Amino acid sequence: MSMDAVFRALADQSRRKLLDRLHNKNGQTLGELCEGLAMSRQAVTKHLRILEEANLVATQKRGREKLHFINPVPINDITERWIGKFERGRLATLSDLKRALEDK
Amino acid sequence: MSQFVYVTYIRTTPKKLWHALTDTEFQRKYWFGMHQECDWTKGSSWKMLFEDGRVADAGTILESDPPHRLVIQWQHELMSELKAEGVSRCTYEIEATGSATKLTVTHVIDAEGSKFIAAVSGGWPSILSSLKSLLETGEAMPADIRPPKKG
Repeated sequence: MSMDAVFRALADQSRRKLLDRLHNKNGQTLGELCEGLAMSRQAVTKHLRILEEANLVATQKRGREKLHFINPVPINDITERWIGKFERGRLATLSDLKRALEDK
Repeated sequence: MSQFVYVTYIRTTPKKLWHALTDTEFQRKYWFGMHQECDWTKGSSWKMLFEDGRVADAGTILESDPPHRLVIQWQHELMSELKAEGVSRCTYEIEATGSATKLTVTHVIDAEGSKFIAAVSGGWPSILSSLKSLLETGEAMPADIRPPKKG
């Protein structure tokens, strides 16, 4: 499960659109996800497979239906790795500033 | 019904992952300082506690099959609005997949548009990233994801 796969999967407008749709309503079938999209069912299937391989979408069987869920964990891993570091620095700077100002 | 499914792949073994999920000291490192009290057998009671001992959530173990599957009946206890939504069900599934172990967390409640599910779904990604980091590198994510204390 590489981070490259996550970035590659996110580097496509149609796949981001599918993630947005799952964010708005989680746990949709392929049919629901296709509704109102200017994409063929085959294209949506292909995009969902790429998202699933990148672990950005998780699926569950419910009866005969396959439901798709947005999985934000890999994006959170990226956030922690790339943004968490900067955030921590910023928070430390703010604490230092607060201490310096209050000590005056 | 409200539900989410979160998946993470961790370079560890199912046994070590089961231990990380069920061991009190391990939990404190990646669960915002919270821990759980339970003997992890079917039918036993389960509690999620804050550092100061307040009970945040409580329930029962519905299924326990170490190191593969754990199902917790889970009800929020602190905020009346969330408690009123009733019991939820949280399932951990652990599968060995080659070099990594796949952890699937499914959390479901009957209520539509559940505020409880919305609240816990926001916390899980941080917990799972921290758990992954802890198992793979020996270090949890720094706990600055907690709201800053008033100073």
